Amino acid sequence: MEKKRIRFTINGRECELEIKPWQTLLEVLRDDLKLTGTKEGCGEGECGSCTVIMGGRTVNSCLVPAMEADNNEVLTIEGLSLGNKLHPIQEAFVEHSGMQCGFCTPGMIMSAKVLLDEKPDPSHEEIREAISGNLCRCTGYTKIFESISAASQAMKGRK
Amino acid sequence: MTVFYRRMPKMDYMRPDSLDQILDLLAEGETGQYKMYAGGTDIIPKIKKRIINHPQILVDLKGLKALDYIEYDEKSGLRIGALTTVRSVAHSLVIKEKFPILSQAADSIASIQIRNRATIAGNICNAVPSADSAPALLVLNAELTCISRDGERKILINEFFHSPGKTILAPHEVLKEIQIPVPDKNMRGLYLKLSPRSRMDLAVVGVAVLGTVKAGMFKDVRIGLGAVGPVPFRAKNAETLLKDFKIDDKIVNDAARTAASESRPIDDHRASGEYRRMMVEVLVRRGLKDIIS
Repeated sequence: MEKKRIRFTINGRECELEIKPWQTLLEVLRDDLKLTGTKEGCGEGECGSCTVIMGGRTVNSCLVPAMEADNNEVLTIEGLSLGNKLHPIQEAFVEHSGMQCGFCTPGMIMSAKVLLDEKPDPSHEEIREAISGNLCRCTGYTKIFESISAASQAMKGRK
Repeated sequence: MTVFYRRMPKMDYMRPDSLDQILDLLAEGETGQYKMYAGGTDIIPKIKKRIINHPQILVDLKGLKALDYIEYDEKSGLRIGALTTVRSVAHSLVIKEKFPILSQAADSIASIQIRNRATIAGNICNAVPSADSAPALLVLNAELTCISRDGERKILINEFFHSPGKTILAPHEVLKEIQIPVPDKNMRGLYLKLSPRSRMDLAVVGVAVLGTVKAGMFKDVRIGLGAVGPVPFRAKNAETLLKDFKIDDKIVNDAARTAASESRPIDDHRASGEYRRMMVEVLVRRGLKDIIS
C-alpha cells in the first residue's frame, strides 16, 4: 500500500514526512522521528505512558492514527525543555523524585503540563484527577503529586 | 498459543469532509471495505487485537466538523452532534445546568486522554452493556437521529440497543444527532457508578435515577441500569411501582428490590452476577433517597 504524506508541527518545528497510513502517532514519533521519550506501555489506551499533547489536548498517541496529525500540532516530552534548560515541571520531578523507573514519567509530565496551563494553582484533588489516566507502578503517586504541586509553585514564581 | 499484536494491520485511511460522501461510502461499499470511526478509542484497540476484522479503509468521521455541536433551546431541548466529544459534554455549562446527570455520566468515563477523543455517540453506538452515558440517556428519554442514503429516522434510545456490542443501526446507517427533550424543571437525579477504582475503570453497575416528587408523592420516576443485562435498560416495573405512590421507606425498598429483580447480570472477572444484583438494589435505593431528600 502506498505511503502518504503528512505535514504537522512537532515540538514547534514544521515537519513533513511519508508514513504508512496504518501507523499510529506513537509509532511515527518513536520509529520515524526517533523521538523515543514517549513510551509505549499497554498500547490500548489504559496506561497513559504514550500521552502527548495534540491540538492543545492530551491524547493517548497509541490510539491516534498518525494520519490525524496532518495539519495539527503535536507536543512531546522532547519539546518541553529550552536547550539544556529543563521545563519547571521536569525540574520539579527531578528535585522531588517524582519517578523511579521513569517509564510513566513522560506521560505524567504531559498530563501535568496541560493541567498547569489551565489551572496554575491546582488543588490536590485536581492534581489527582489530572493524572488519573496515567498509571505508575513504582512511586505510589505521592512523589508525583508533590512534584506537580512544587512545579505549580515554581511556575507561579516565574511569572 | 495466545498471540499479542501491538501493531495495526495494513489498511488505508481517509477523512471525508461531507456527510453525503460518507453515506455514499456506506451505501456502495462492500462488506468490510470501510469502517467508520470518530474517537477511535474503542475501535483502534479492537483492530489492533484483531477482535474485529480490519477494513480495507479506515474512515475518519472527524472531517465532519459541522456535527460537533451542543445546542440547547427552551422549547425543543438539547441537541448533541455525533462528533461531540465526551469532554465537551462533560464540560458543557448548559448540560451541567439543565442535565447534570449527563455531565456526571460523561465525566465518569475512562480518563482525560480518552474523554478528549471519545464521542458520546460512539459510546452508545459501541453498545457495551456498561456504557456510562447509556443509563443517563435512557432516563432522559433521548432520541437518536440516524441517517442513511434512504433518509433519516428517529429511534428512541430504549429501542436502540440490540445485544452486547450491537445496535439496531443498519450497516449503511450512521447516528447523526442525540436529542434530549426539556425535562420537568423539578426533576432531580444522579448517576451512580460502582467500580473498584474511582477513575479509569468500567462500571460494575451503573444506575441512573431521575424523577420528580410532589406533595410527598413520587411522580415521574425513571431508573436506568447499566452493566447488569445484555444491554442498558430501564427498570420499568420499579418505575411503575413508584408512580403516584406516597413516599415512605417501604416503597423505596420495594422499588429497589424490584429493580434488582429486573436485572439479568452476568458473572465475569469484574463481579459475580449475584453481587451485581445486590448492588442494583443498594444503588437504586441510594438514588431514590437522594431525589426525595
